[in-house]
Amino acid sequence: MLTIDRLSLQLPFYASWWRRDWTTCIEAFSLPFSAGEVHAVVGASGAGKSLLAYAIMGLLPPAARLTGQLFYQDQPLDDARQRQLRGRELALIPQSLNALDPLVRIHRQVAWAAQRAGHPSTIAQHSARQALDHYQLDARAQQAFAHELSGGMARRVLTAMAHVSQAQLIIADEPTVGLDPLQRNRVLAALRTLADQGKSVILITHDLRHALPIADQVTIMRDGKQVETASASAFQGTGSALTDAYSQALWLALPDNNFSPDVIRAQEQTPKEANIA
Amino acid sequence: MSQVKPLHYQSTRLPAQPRLMAILNLSIAALLVVGLVTSQWLLGDLPQQMQFDARLVPPSSHHWLGTDALGRELWARTLAGLGLSFWVGSLAAMLSTLIALSLAALATLSRRLDTLVSLLIDTLLSVPHLILLMLIAFALGGGTQAVIIAVAVTHWPSLARVLRAELLQLRQAHYVRISRALGKSRWFVLQAHLLPHLLPHCLVGALLLFPHAILHEAALTFLGFGLSPSQPAIGVLLADAMRYLSGGYWWLGVFPGLGLLLMVLGFERLASHLRRAL
Amino acid sequence: MLEARQLSFQFSPDMALIQSVSLSLDAGQWIGLCGDSGAGKSTLGKLLAGYLTPQAGDVTLDGEALPKNGLQPVQWLPQSPELAVNPRWRVGKILHEAWKPSEAQCQAFGVQQGWLTRFPQALSGGELQRVCVLRALAPGVRFLVADEISTMLDPITQVELWQALKQEAEKRQLGVLVISHDSALIERLCPQRYHLSEGKLKLN
Repeated sequence: MLTIDRLSLQLPFYASWWRRDWTTCIEAFSLPFSAGEVHAVVGASGAGKSLLAYAIMGLLPPAARLTGQLFYQDQPLDDARQRQLRGRELALIPQSLNALDPLVRIHRQVAWAAQRAGHPSTIAQHSARQALDHYQLDARAQQAFAHELSGGMARRVLTAMAHVSQAQLIIADEPTVGLDPLQRNRVLAALRTLADQGKSVILITHDLRHALPIADQVTIMRDGKQVETASASAFQGTGSALTDAYSQALWLALPDNNFSPDVIRAQEQTPKEANIA
Repeated sequence: MSQVKPLHYQSTRLPAQPRLMAILNLSIAALLVVGLVTSQWLLGDLPQQMQFDARLVPPSSHHWLGTDALGRELWARTLAGLGLSFWVGSLAAMLSTLIALSLAALATLSRRLDTLVSLLIDTLLSVPHLILLMLIAFALGGGTQAVIIAVAVTHWPSLARVLRAELLQLRQAHYVRISRALGKSRWFVLQAHLLPHLLPHCLVGALLLFPHAILHEAALTFLGFGLSPSQPAIGVLLADAMRYLSGGYWWLGVFPGLGLLLMVLGFERLASHLRRAL
Repeated sequence: MLEARQLSFQFSPDMALIQSVSLSLDAGQWIGLCGDSGAGKSTLGKLLAGYLTPQAGDVTLDGEALPKNGLQPVQWLPQSPELAVNPRWRVGKILHEAWKPSEAQCQAFGVQQGWLTRFPQALSGGELQRVCVLRALAPGVRFLVADEISTMLDPITQVELWQALKQEAEKRQLGVLVISHDSALIERLCPQRYHLSEGKLKLN
């Protein structure tokens, strides 16, 4: 569905008052995302996960320097096509809950998303209600304003918006941050449902453990590079099915496993500093 | 997959060196300011020099903006007036900002003080500016000092309100509370955490106050409550021009007025530019 | 010993968040606190650290009330380090706000000297969180309230942070209250675990 081919991203920063330098945030990232799958992109904060999402959506700051190619359904995805498909075929579930309009009732916002996908207004309203019901938001929540919702409810509203927009590719950026287990599971289940309907879901998260049960594929990112792409079933036992030491260590460091970072101590000398300096 | 050109985000939307552009803009503004400030010395007594053989001459190549009823060069008088306005305006704006900042800081100390400051702000905001201005300037006996004080005393409330709200919000910030828990005094927190955060607000606030202050200075002087008529202030020039307007001596009013307008608009723009940048 | 007796707290009169909760934390003791979001875990943590004042009950340290001014012997560590540092300060100034950790201590927490000249925005969440934890360990600090401090971190950074903290706590006999909704993490860290729900504390 979406293919990323050798994508690299550089962002400017000011080394001094006027000298502008570039830091590499994503380096030669290539990956296919298929329909009907949840593909988790996992990495520490600062690994470039969110930037990847913005690059796909075409929402990077104008000063960003991007090379490489994107293909959506075998057609190149360029600036103009991104603008055209955004909110229709491509949907982003943003990390920040500020993305909801504070002055508009929830059901209307979801209906807007449906209208943007091309539904006439009455049908849009109907499908908005259906989607909100589907994500277990009751009538009171549908009539509410954004600030009256809990974090988990707001995330589900954003998921419902992605749902009604008929998007084929859905990117969820850290959808579980700050949610308690019950809410988190609901949001993750909602994403799984979307994938089961034949859509392609990219789940961007630092929370490897909770991504695993719903993910088909997992890509581990570190410092802007992809470390390994493995099927979710490879993350079990001692992680011997994983080929890379870093992803193995990531798996073993979980509290339910070894809770020990010793595996990578030997490799910890990788020039992480050199990247930023 | 057909072959395609690589994506181009190398954008055309922003100049290649946005920060360099901003620095350039600021330098131009600074140059202008220096020019205005030093105009009093550069011009010498040219604005006062009377030429009785060239009274009320329209603009020409010899008398650039024309002359007034006493044969004084209008361009020199306009420039000197703008310079004077600049001085008065910046002093008043600075004083005003200082008042706003100290009252806002005072408001954070206790709830009662906060109520008091808020009350003061609301009271002053509910009284029309100009009337209060005239009263204060009149009470202080007119002159440059009186104008500066009157403008400073009447212009701080809106900025104080912004600063107070900002401070109240900032006081709840985690790092401020942690600083207190790490054993830092109230005073340390105020000067190390809170005030530096307010500096950009103050700068922009002062810059936004400045054109206001200039306009009110001119208005006050025009109405006769401000600077003395012997000084080449813009307000004085405009008041003079009123008397000759019916005689068709249009340049007397147009050029000082335009100068004032340009300066006010220029600083307004600079301020809004800065506000977006900070 | 840090002791909370019969604490009650509510934000609005009709909704009691915490109802007469008692809890004691000894030097060198690790206690875990879990519960659903909105159950009042963070509020209880803030009460213990003196960030909030209870409507009833009191928090005492060795039988005396917490000091009003000066370095607090109970330090609170919040979830997001980005909000816990002044964005205008360089990391060095942030770290040294209350005390100057030795090189060995920096190394134990993985705080690199190269960070000190940078601004916090240039550090990742995990790196910044280590700086924040180290900053709170000033001499004279005896208890820590760690409120979801590793939730935003990837597994490896999380383990490294806790290991460093565990060592330091052992050395100095720090008492630590770990607040998290990750029960697996709490099981790893704390021999004694509580569950907070409907304003009441239950021993697990």
